Amino acid sequence: MRLALAGVSHHHAPLEVRERVAVDLAAAGDLARELTAAGGPAYEAVVLSTCNRTELYVAGEGDALDAHADRALLDLAGSGAPALAPAAYRLAEESAALHLFRVAAGLDSMVPGEGEILGQVRDAFEVGSPGPLLGRTFRMALRAGRRARAETAIGESPASIPAAAAALAEQVFEGLSGRRVVLVGAGRASELTARNLRSRGATISVVANRTPEHAAHLAASLGALPTTIEELERALGDADVVVSSTSAPGFVLTEGMLGPVLRARRGRPVLIVDLAVPRDVEPSLGAIDGCFLYDIDALESVVTASLEGRLSEAVHAERIVSEEAERFRAWRASLAVVPAIASLRAHAEEIRAAELARLEGRLGEGDRDVVDTLTSQLVNKLLHLPTVRLKEAAVTADGLLYAEVVRHLFGLDEEDEV
Amino acid sequence: MAELLIWPTVIAYGEAALIYAGELRGSRRHDSLAIWGVRIGWLAQTGLLAAQARSADGFPWGTWAGALNLLSWLVVTGYLVWGCRPRYRLLGLVVMPVAAALVVLAWAGGGTALDARGDGWALAIHAALMLAGLASFTVAAAMAALYVFEDRRLKRHDAGVLRLRLPSLEALDRLAARATLVGLALLSGGIVVGLGWLDVRGLDAAMTVAVLIWGLYALALVIRWEVGVRGRRFARLLLAGLVLVVAVLPLTHFAA
Repeated sequence: MRLALAGVSHHHAPLEVRERVAVDLAAAGDLARELTAAGGPAYEAVVLSTCNRTELYVAGEGDALDAHADRALLDLAGSGAPALAPAAYRLAEESAALHLFRVAAGLDSMVPGEGEILGQVRDAFEVGSPGPLLGRTFRMALRAGRRARAETAIGESPASIPAAAAALAEQVFEGLSGRRVVLVGAGRASELTARNLRSRGATISVVANRTPEHAAHLAASLGALPTTIEELERALGDADVVVSSTSAPGFVLTEGMLGPVLRARRGRPVLIVDLAVPRDVEPSLGAIDGCFLYDIDALESVVTASLEGRLSEAVHAERIVSEEAERFRAWRASLAVVPAIASLRAHAEEIRAAELARLEGRLGEGDRDVVDTLTSQLVNKLLHLPTVRLKEAAVTADGLLYAEVVRHLFGLDEEDEV
Repeated sequence: MAELLIWPTVIAYGEAALIYAGELRGSRRHDSLAIWGVRIGWLAQTGLLAAQARSADGFPWGTWAGALNLLSWLVVTGYLVWGCRPRYRLLGLVVMPVAAALVVLAWAGGGTALDARGDGWALAIHAALMLAGLASFTVAAAMAALYVFEDRRLKRHDAGVLRLRLPSLEALDRLAARATLVGLALLSGGIVVGLGWLDVRGLDAAMTVAVLIWGLYALALVIRWEVGVRGRRFARLLLAGLVLVVAVLPLTHFAA
């Protein structure tokens, strides 16, 4: 049985090509079942489709496997097949498995170590039609992904401005549960940051905007109270995090407005995230004790450093992937000697049964049971060490040679032919 | 023979201190090596202290060097209470160099020898409580130092602030206050035992300084709770308090 992969990803295929073959999870499951049905009962298929990649993993017998996967991918693209063909990649056997391991570990992602891909691989596996080969390969890939995240810091640092803002808030406060967030401006940047903070337990208490309708709309979706910029001052006294992103030409939160409020806190911390260009928050506020002011440049430098950190951690994650790939190779190699071991055991059992049959009638009921048990134990003990040695040899390059020698010594092939 | 336990203690504490210093660059790959260094060093030092206690007739840490030996053990014990949690391990950045230096000083002053002169048990309880109180103040100061360090990084927009993750500012502030409160309670116990059971003849310099230190730390906590001074200012108060303790206490208690 062989393993093959055909796919496209963000590395070589632009968005307009990738979107032609992108499918949702349910469609990925359907496609996997179609592929399995078309390939026959011993055929296995899993379709992994995310915004960055669509990959068809298939396993089965025969040389047509690669072509089958390739054709299925082109069929999925429909009229876009000519544009897709040059961007597609085809991998087989260990290369395909190694690729899947890297994908699961987040090493093939646009942002190294991004967290979603491991769950997407798991989902694809669960809705797909894996068999013994793909099942084992995907389980090993999931293990590689889990190890990469647990044993390295590849997924720890934030990779976006909203995530960095939320991570900074966690660096200031002991947990975000119940922390009050005030949004100044109802734009997309404010909303994304607010949602990130809310996903970590923070409460969006107030949304202030010059246009009351916009404030009301966003506040309703976040479970907050809408207000106007003019009435903002009162809300700021109790805020733990302030996220500001308006299109105002000058400072919205000034020293005169916010300074007395912040000084009255006597060092109780507040994080102010200024996402606006031009800036909304007067920089001198950052000098007040307990006030941590981050503008867009400061946040971007944090994200850049985080990404650099992820890249350095990727080296260690690659080592983990290599270890898992080695385990996969060893497992695949051990499969090469399985038929020889099975034949050897069947051959021994056949001889044992034949000899036992020859004694039929000459042994009493109690004696027969004793001889049956004794011969079984003899066969098992005699074959134990050769079985172990064959499996060990399979992991090295000599596996097939050993299997051939066993077949020759015990006449297993001749027996098969008879 | 048990005196030789000083060396695994120093080596293990030193190893931990070096690894923590190396982790300032952002990688936390050797965290477990550092924490194992702390654990092994602590076990070795515990063995040494046990051997000293067994061989002495009474309290063997009454000298300044012996007191440093016990103090460093108490500081590391306090650290281990928090240090086992991954995010708090970097407290070791401050604690372990201090602990290693204290052990070396104790050794140089003969405070790790087995034939130490023993003192009465009233003094033993007094000294143990006082030292445990000082150990708590040291741990509190370590947290305060981390607070100031982290506060500075956040204020200056250090790009690597999320690569080397320390405990949150709020957690450091809260734990520093808690360690101070524990230290104050222990110090109170030490002073009460000292006044009640030791042969006290009037108010000497040592007693004055001990009471003064008690008053200063109590004042710091009152200011925190009543006036609301916390965060960086409170951290600086704790650091100043420890500097005072380190500068004055040895002179008044061990100068003779």
